[in-house]
Amino acid sequence: MSEPIISVRNLVVEFPLRRGLFTAVDDVSFDIMPGEILGVVGESGAGKSMTGAAIIGLIEPPGHIASGEIYLKGKRIDNLPPEEMSRLRGKWIGMVFQDPLTSLNPLYTVGQQLIETIRRHLPMNEAQARQRAIDLLDEAGIPTPESRIDSYPHQFSGGMRQRVVIALALAAEPELIIADEPTSALDVSVQAQIIKVLKKLCESRGAAVMLVTHDMGVIAETATRMIVMNKGKIVETGSVGDIIKRPKEDYTIKLIEAIPSIKDETRRHEAPPTSTLLVEVKNLTRDFDLSPGFFDRLLKGAKRNVVKAVQNVSFDIRKGSTFGLVGESGSGKSTCARMLVGLIKPTSGQVLLEGQDIAAGLTQERRQKVQMIFQDPYASLNPRWRVADIIAEPMHALKLVSNRREAEDRVADLLRRVRLDPVSMRKYPHEFSGGQRQRIAIARALSSQPEFIVCDEPTSALDVSVQAQVLDLMRDLQDEFGLTYLLISHNLAVVRQMADDVGVMHSGVLVERGPVDAIFDDPQAEYTRMLLNAVPDISKVE
Amino acid sequence: MLAFILRRLAQSIIVMAVVALIAFMLFRYVGDPVASLLGQDSRLEDFEELRERLGLNDPFYVQFGRFIGNALQGEFGISYRLQQPVSELIISRLPATIELAFASATIALVFGLTLGVFTALKPRSFASGVIMTLSLVGVSLPTFLIGIGLIYVFAVELQWLPSFGRGEVVDIGGWRTGLLTETGLRSLILPAITLSLFQLTLIMRLVRAEMLEVLRQDYIRFARARGLSKRAINFGHALKNTMVPVITITGLQLGSVIAFSIVTETVFQWPGVGSLFINSVQVVDVPVMAAYLMFIAFVFVVINLIVDILYFAVDPRLRVGAGRR
Repeated sequence: MSEPIISVRNLVVEFPLRRGLFTAVDDVSFDIMPGEILGVVGESGAGKSMTGAAIIGLIEPPGHIASGEIYLKGKRIDNLPPEEMSRLRGKWIGMVFQDPLTSLNPLYTVGQQLIETIRRHLPMNEAQARQRAIDLLDEAGIPTPESRIDSYPHQFSGGMRQRVVIALALAAEPELIIADEPTSALDVSVQAQIIKVLKKLCESRGAAVMLVTHDMGVIAETATRMIVMNKGKIVETGSVGDIIKRPKEDYTIKLIEAIPSIKDETRRHEAPPTSTLLVEVKNLTRDFDLSPGFFDRLLKGAKRNVVKAVQNVSFDIRKGSTFGLVGESGSGKSTCARMLVGLIKPTSGQVLLEGQDIAAGLTQERRQKVQMIFQDPYASLNPRWRVADIIAEPMHALKLVSNRREAEDRVADLLRRVRLDPVSMRKYPHEFSGGQRQRIAIARALSSQPEFIVCDEPTSALDVSVQAQVLDLMRDLQDEFGLTYLLISHNLAVVRQMADDVGVMHSGVLVERGPVDAIFDDPQAEYTRMLLNAVPDISKVE
Repeated sequence: MLAFILRRLAQSIIVMAVVALIAFMLFRYVGDPVASLLGQDSRLEDFEELRERLGLNDPFYVQFGRFIGNALQGEFGISYRLQQPVSELIISRLPATIELAFASATIALVFGLTLGVFTALKPRSFASGVIMTLSLVGVSLPTFLIGIGLIYVFAVELQWLPSFGRGEVVDIGGWRTGLLTETGLRSLILPAITLSLFQLTLIMRLVRAEMLEVLRQDYIRFARARGLSKRAINFGHALKNTMVPVITITGLQLGSVIAFSIVTETVFQWPGVGSLFINSVQVVDVPVMAAYLMFIAFVFVVINLIVDILYFAVDPRLRVGAGRR
């Protein structure tokens, strides 16, 4: 048996905080063999990213390795002086970060960044390094690398940038690659390509990979062995198939149960069999004028540039049902949502709510009936307001309550409905976790007693177990109040669980719509089929 | 790029036209120019005749048009106080102000940048703490107090440096410079330090704040993960990104070094444009004030234009994105 590339023994990472010591990584040990992909999963705060940072020696102070040892090919590296450690990085251990939009320096061309890295680690002159950089970009799947090498990062799309990041991490042929959520910021179809690139490059070079992610689906498709982490400790280790099919520990069992699957036909909610339509969307179109300025048009003959964000989209939503709108970023689903609530006006077409045109004006009635829940619960609540004021704002704005007393009673009731303690109305948003904040946002949406709620990626910023709780809550509230949802998500599995009908959007066009099971089990449009195939799903593990 | 510069130029012209309008109103309606030119004991007919001769009875827009026409040729009338053409007065005083501004801008930039980078890279060191504390002095003390303090220490007590004037000057093709003589250089030191101190501390604090921000960015972490040397990360990747926002503020600050050298010039009796302006204000010498207003506006417009072009040079996102934005 060959020697492991990396061995971690009893690693402990501590953060001295004002209120005492926080142990981010607690007694973690594992090995990674050459050519092996080790998946590390866990929810946010599980210590998985911190383990990666500890191996490459990039823990942000005041955090530090309190005890334990890290061996790279049998040589101890956790106690090296900073200068020696920095020579190790890139040369022996490469790293890929989550967000390709921020991990490249915007002021240098990708070529400059590649050449700089190559020449730091390998004895090459400028021309040789440039040739190697072109080869690397080619291997990472960037078309026409000879011309793209002199482009700046902002000239690449997100997926292309992540390929550049991978090329950079591989520049000096490291033995170990730590990939920290390498695909979490990308669309599913791009995600599938990146996983393929990463896998192929590791196979051809025999490098070991530590794949850190919260997405069990990605691990199911990529890794051979996996570690489940929770609160800094390793909960379970084993082969990917064993853990997903036969989890042993309670935590792992709960985690895997919480993950929705696109193959899962058990529905959270069944719409009442009525045929009354609540929302009718008719030939909705929206253009954005991105034309260059007057001088550019005059001097360079630049053309007017009108982007058709949404083209001729029509669908209906039955009362009391959930309509899921899926698509990748830039497909126009959020623009659709904004037109539905009247935040922007359609270029042409109509949105009818109970037969009345929404764009006709902001009537009191319409504002009361339609509410919205946003993606990021950290950004959508005013941090300087108390929860009671946040939830009561729609009531005051719409004059639904006559005095403070009444408003407070209503807020207390709403907090109970979203399963939060009414006492928490005196607190500020930062005192709550992400899932709790999203509950507050839901309570705010409910406070005007709406009939129709537009949910724009309501669970994308949340951990899987929290996501499951929030989705359960949404379903319960739908039963209690007879709500109608428009659920916008890029997560197909969530849509499968929640929606009664689905619409698939691609480049502003609604390519397919129909009942949820029909779309998922027997997709008609080419794009839908491609999308469903690309989803990394735990059902795909052998 | 060309379109971008043309657009900025068009905006600059609008700004200058508005300033010209204000300067003209000042010239025409603050006090009666005829009364300023003629004495109190002149006859009413003389007033009327001069009014006609100067075209003051013409409609507003004709007068304004004439004012613009003259301004474009560098004509701003005759100073009431010194009875010389205003443009000649300003030009003769300009070298003193420009040399002072240039010297203090250099001091502010060199020390501001170095100290800013130093305090950002070693935020917890003792030296950084001392520098940051001292910089509070530069930000909070008024310029005249610093000037007087420096005069007291270096001119009165230690008698190392002169306390007023420019020293000997050499005339090179109409440009009277103090940079070539020893007394000229010695005279420049105290006013230049006084004028630069505020800008220096401001630039330093700005660079420090921006650089600390940049060092927290993902691409700096990624640069570390690629194993680049400390030097390459700090001075290649971090510093260049720091410069993007710093350029704007610094450019505007250097404009105000030229524009608001008035206090320093007064304290050190520096024979520059600023002291000319102060003396003119005291005797309501309106043509000089109007011309000074135009001059300062022009300085700011030019500096802004340079800053915009520099932005273009530093940030590729603007360069390539300009066409499609």
